[in-house]
Amino acid sequence: MQLDILHAINEDRAARRVVVVVTNVDNGAQRLVRAGDIANDPLRDTIEKRVRMAKSGMEETADGRVFLTVHVPSPRLVITGAVHISQALAPIAALLGYDVTIVDPRTAFASIERFPDVKVIAEWPDVALPPLNIDRYTAFVALTHDPKIDDPALKHALARDCFYIGALGSRKTHAKRVARLKEAGLTDLDIARIHAPIGIDIGAISPPEIAVSIMAEITLRLRVKQEKAEAA
Amino acid sequence: MYARDEDILKAAEDWRKAGRGVAVATVVETWGSAPRPVGSNLVIDNDGNFLGSVSGGCVEGAVVTEAIDVIDSGKPKMLEFGVADEAAWQVGLSCGGTIRVYVEKVS
Repeated sequence: MQLDILHAINEDRAARRVVVVVTNVDNGAQRLVRAGDIANDPLRDTIEKRVRMAKSGMEETADGRVFLTVHVPSPRLVITGAVHISQALAPIAALLGYDVTIVDPRTAFASIERFPDVKVIAEWPDVALPPLNIDRYTAFVALTHDPKIDDPALKHALARDCFYIGALGSRKTHAKRVARLKEAGLTDLDIARIHAPIGIDIGAISPPEIAVSIMAEITLRLRVKQEKAEAA
Repeated sequence: MYARDEDILKAAEDWRKAGRGVAVATVVETWGSAPRPVGSNLVIDNDGNFLGSVSGGCVEGAVVTEAIDVIDSGKPKMLEFGVADEAAWQVGLSCGGTIRVYVEKVS
């Protein structure tokens, strides 16, 4: 491995960018494939699949056996609303390897007693969210039901291209939300990216069951190609 | 503390920049029950210092020895470790699996 390749890997990892190293284990040849180069790479289909699954591994190619080292940023989950669903969602997401942050300016909700092991920020989204540097390896979930808190956070999550964006609320609540977001200048395309009603329909009733349905939908979005996920 | 893979690779870069001979070992294939997943790294310097792991401590010693050869020769090597047999001094995996480890020099 060339030192400059190693340096580039470390730089990309630190900046939370995808990077893949292709090593021919028969002849030692090695190249770096950065996120923007994947579409033009001869192994693009294999690389895309491996990046989606975050899985390194060996492949047989016309040029010999190659090992693909896949570096993807670890996923994060940002939630607005230190509510009952969040109390179940945060530990489930943590189990699945997500770095979880909850934002809620209502200090009575965002208490350490209710969330002993979670990063909770008792601030408004416009203060709390920008420093988090949320990105496309972040899932965002709006759970407060309060437009003053959820709406600005949703706009931020859309602008940062989160891989999953979900908002709690009935169809009626969501229709009102859509009207407000359109009023604020968001396009139909933006709004279509918000999963509402939130979660996969598993007939969830209790907050923990709803948390499971949300986490299942986030996993589907993370792991399965978009077209397939929409058909599911 | 170098607990995570990204820190291990950062250490490899820092060691090389400090003028030390460095090799990176990567688990590239596993069969059966293997202690560390594909992609796990061990970084080694020419004095035998190492960080990370490619097994639960079963074969690291052998990988470090081979890595020092790789640093000297500059030629990458593919190593394979299977289950330890009755010869107690032979390195192997007590868990019963087989792993293949690719060792390359940082040049």
